[in-house]
Amino acid sequence: MMMDSERLAPQRPFRDRSFGLMRKLLRVNWLFVLCVCLLAGVGYTALYSAAGGAPRPYADSQLFRFIGALVLMLGIAMVDIRQIAKISWPAYALGVLLLLVVMKFGHTGLGAKRWMTVGGMEIQPSELMKLFLTLGLAAYFRRATQERLNEALFLLPAVAAILLPVGLILKEPNLGTAVITAMIGATVMLGAGVRWWKFAILLGVMLVAAPLLYHHLHDYQRARITTFLNPGSDPLGAGYNIIQSKIALGSGGLTGQGYLHGTQNQLNFLPEKQTDFVFTIIAEEFGFLGSMAVLVLLFSIIAMALYTAISCGHVYGRLVALGVAANFFLYCFVNLSMVMGLIPVGGVPLPLISYGGSALTAVMLGFGVLMSVHVHRDVEFASEEF
Amino acid sequence: MKRDAKDRAAFTRRALLIGTAQFGIFGAIAGRLYNLQVAKHGKYALMAEQNSISERLEAPLRGLITDRFGTVLAGNQQHWRALFMQALAPDPQAVLDNFYRLVPLPDDEKARIAAELAHRPGYIPVLLKDYLDWPDMAALEVNTPDLPGVVVEVGASRSYPFGPGLAHAVGYVARPNQREAAADPVLSLPGMRIGRTGAEAAQDAVLRGVPGFVQMETNVHGQVVRQVAHDPGTPGQEVTLALDAGLQALAVQGLKDQTGAVVMLDASTGEILALASSPSFDPSLFDKGVPQATWNAWMADPGHPLQNKAVSGLFAPGSTFKPTVALAAMKAGTLTAETILTCPGFFKLGDHVFWCDNHTAHGSITVTTALQVSCDVFFYQVALGVGIDRIAAMATVMGLGTDLGVDLPDAETGLVPTLDWARQHGIHWVEGSTVVQGIGQGYTQLTPLALATMIARVATGSAVGPHITRRIAGTLQIGSTPGDWPVLDVDPAHLAIVRQGLFEVVNTPAGTAYADRLTLPDVQMAGKTGTAQVHDNTAREKRQGFNDLTMAWAQRPNALFVAYAPYDNPRYAVAVVIEHGDYGGVAAAPIANALMTHALTHDPAGRDVPLGGGAA
Repeated sequence: MMMDSERLAPQRPFRDRSFGLMRKLLRVNWLFVLCVCLLAGVGYTALYSAAGGAPRPYADSQLFRFIGALVLMLGIAMVDIRQIAKISWPAYALGVLLLLVVMKFGHTGLGAKRWMTVGGMEIQPSELMKLFLTLGLAAYFRRATQERLNEALFLLPAVAAILLPVGLILKEPNLGTAVITAMIGATVMLGAGVRWWKFAILLGVMLVAAPLLYHHLHDYQRARITTFLNPGSDPLGAGYNIIQSKIALGSGGLTGQGYLHGTQNQLNFLPEKQTDFVFTIIAEEFGFLGSMAVLVLLFSIIAMALYTAISCGHVYGRLVALGVAANFFLYCFVNLSMVMGLIPVGGVPLPLISYGGSALTAVMLGFGVLMSVHVHRDVEFASEEF
Repeated sequence: MKRDAKDRAAFTRRALLIGTAQFGIFGAIAGRLYNLQVAKHGKYALMAEQNSISERLEAPLRGLITDRFGTVLAGNQQHWRALFMQALAPDPQAVLDNFYRLVPLPDDEKARIAAELAHRPGYIPVLLKDYLDWPDMAALEVNTPDLPGVVVEVGASRSYPFGPGLAHAVGYVARPNQREAAADPVLSLPGMRIGRTGAEAAQDAVLRGVPGFVQMETNVHGQVVRQVAHDPGTPGQEVTLALDAGLQALAVQGLKDQTGAVVMLDASTGEILALASSPSFDPSLFDKGVPQATWNAWMADPGHPLQNKAVSGLFAPGSTFKPTVALAAMKAGTLTAETILTCPGFFKLGDHVFWCDNHTAHGSITVTTALQVSCDVFFYQVALGVGIDRIAAMATVMGLGTDLGVDLPDAETGLVPTLDWARQHGIHWVEGSTVVQGIGQGYTQLTPLALATMIARVATGSAVGPHITRRIAGTLQIGSTPGDWPVLDVDPAHLAIVRQGLFEVVNTPAGTAYADRLTLPDVQMAGKTGTAQVHDNTAREKRQGFNDLTMAWAQRPNALFVAYAPYDNPRYAVAVVIEHGDYGGVAAAPIANALMTHALTHDPAGRDVPLGGGAA
């Protein structure tokens, strides 16, 4: 059968899944790779400053992680997207399995059970789950016609596939990642062609459910929300971070206090500034102009991911690229909003810049798949293949 | 194909819409950033400037002082106090004014606070008021918003469970004075105390500990937002004294309201088991500051309550000096056990007559009998024969008139005169001076501690030195075991002769302390009484039949008694001096008897747990 489909489309230039490595490399979006590297460079700069002007303990080790992740990304980019499509559901199943494992055996960090160690590397299955869910949904909706998309019964398994990992992540508990995961799922469904109004209904249900959900939140989660609503109410706790973070941003001014001269940063007013609050270092030391430059770089990544989605010839690739873009966007959005005191603090790092291996690896894995889509944007999917 | 293109167009539309939304959100973020970073820059820059971490040092807990059985002699008590962190107050003077309104302070305290505020580094808080009472606390709590920088916290003050009873041995602590605080900033910490006397002073460095610190973060209003870090520092080490609180209590009881001192030693190690000086004072008053009236009363008291008479009180040793004179003569060969000298009741040198005590004629006697009956005439002759310098040399061997290196402050060396000393001081030394030296009168001045050391050396033949610290942080100090001390440089045969005399003093009916022999079975005490004149009766007084009981208290002779026990296996040595107590056998010996009886039945020497376990 495969032979048939290949015979039916002899005019397609990249029907063959084994076109040369050199040609694949040339089709990589190198501008995208450059932007990724630039952001990693921003990260190195910030982490160097976070350590008080030293490559250790953060900057160097993060650089080595990034180089490893970059190789991983380019390696995945060379894998045929159709091969990736084939393992979509197994990957999803693996993700769910890992979430169950981490729930049972994972170790606790900062009040949540979300970490596990694989081969000496700390990973958060929830980070991987966001990519695996994207792959699974893309595979599911790949062949969906508009008629089927209108059938509630057809949508139900997809919604279940989203809610299962979201529920598990909520249970960890990791509110931030759970919401992001749900929103990625929703974005992929939206890209697949599900009607807007269905999301409006979903949103309405969620708004009604929110107060009920609030009562089931962990104390620390509730504290975050109440502190967010009134930062002065808990000056010793979570509100402290928001206030200090805002002071750091605000004291940066237009051009910043100068590299390695941010008082908030250098005087250690922000706990864990090298992870979640890394943006404040850039904002304080390089000012509004510096933070705008980072915003432009971050949005370039999103824009190029969306470009890959739009320019892709197959539905699977489009949805995957859309999901990856959504993931990256949500990372940035949640982190930046948190740093600026717009949404409750949520333990979400700024991708490519924050210190830490788990989120970096997950993001670069996603970029690897994205690049694979980009490289293989014109390949022909046989409908039977799935 | 067409279907595919339509789908693709729909997807592109949606993807662009999503992208637009995301761009819009990024735009909102950028707008918010502009608002924070550019529009409100001034406000946040100011906040950043005022955002600060302040650090303050915290006084460590002073180490405990216990007796050898762990009974706490100097402990720590908690109380509330108010401190002021100047750096946290936007307007320090306003805060101080508010504080004074709530908690009125005397002007000299206000002056002290002002002076300290002017000179202290920022990380050292200034003490506003110690020992806050409940009304103070309540007033401060209610008015917290008006008092930025004022911290109410628990402080530790020194407590002395035995009060005056151990005031001299344990000593006391007081606030460092301005000069000390300036020399060592750590001492300027509120709650830091400096040991002034006794073991508190001697072991001050050990007891003091290392200060900790509190790191606080303060917000723009100068209020403490949170504690960033807290290091409690290292508490001072525990000092275990050789004292036995039980013996000490007996010594204090024995002295009652008499003026004098008692020292009891472990005869084989020199450990001080009891050290009492009377009258005494309340050592805890110094921590809070001594009331002026109390201070004036102490200064006016002829008994000098603040003086530790056991180590710094200088007394003529009287007859307790005779064993040393005997040893010096025996060493020089001018006296043997068989030497017989005659006492007709007086001794004539030139045209001066030296009387024996009460003008008694003791007849022809040996050295042991002379010690037993405390014949003065015998020792006038011995002293004259051996000479002042050789007596002084033997005194030094016996620990008299020499620095004993005791681990207590203000210890006096005392004086046993030599011809050199007389020359240096422009004193014309005559033979008569040597004669009275034989009975411990004249220029000789010794401390009770030295007398106790002397009798311990006589008893054991070991050159023990007195010391009060037994353990520091549990570690046994050198000198706490008999093997730490060298053999005394005195012929054991000579010591045996002297010991025989001292045995007879207490255990024969003719002995001067027979009334105070031990009533314990099979255990005997050996000792020597002393009655030292402090006043030369004038001819007129003598004509009026002036005697010791009718003269003014301050002119009566001092009563002394030195003893050791058991006679055949010495373990304890004691020296008792009662100022103006008349005869040593009457006033001083009963105290020694009580202490010896307790010591021999409880045997604290060398023990860290009481005999029979735990019984006090």
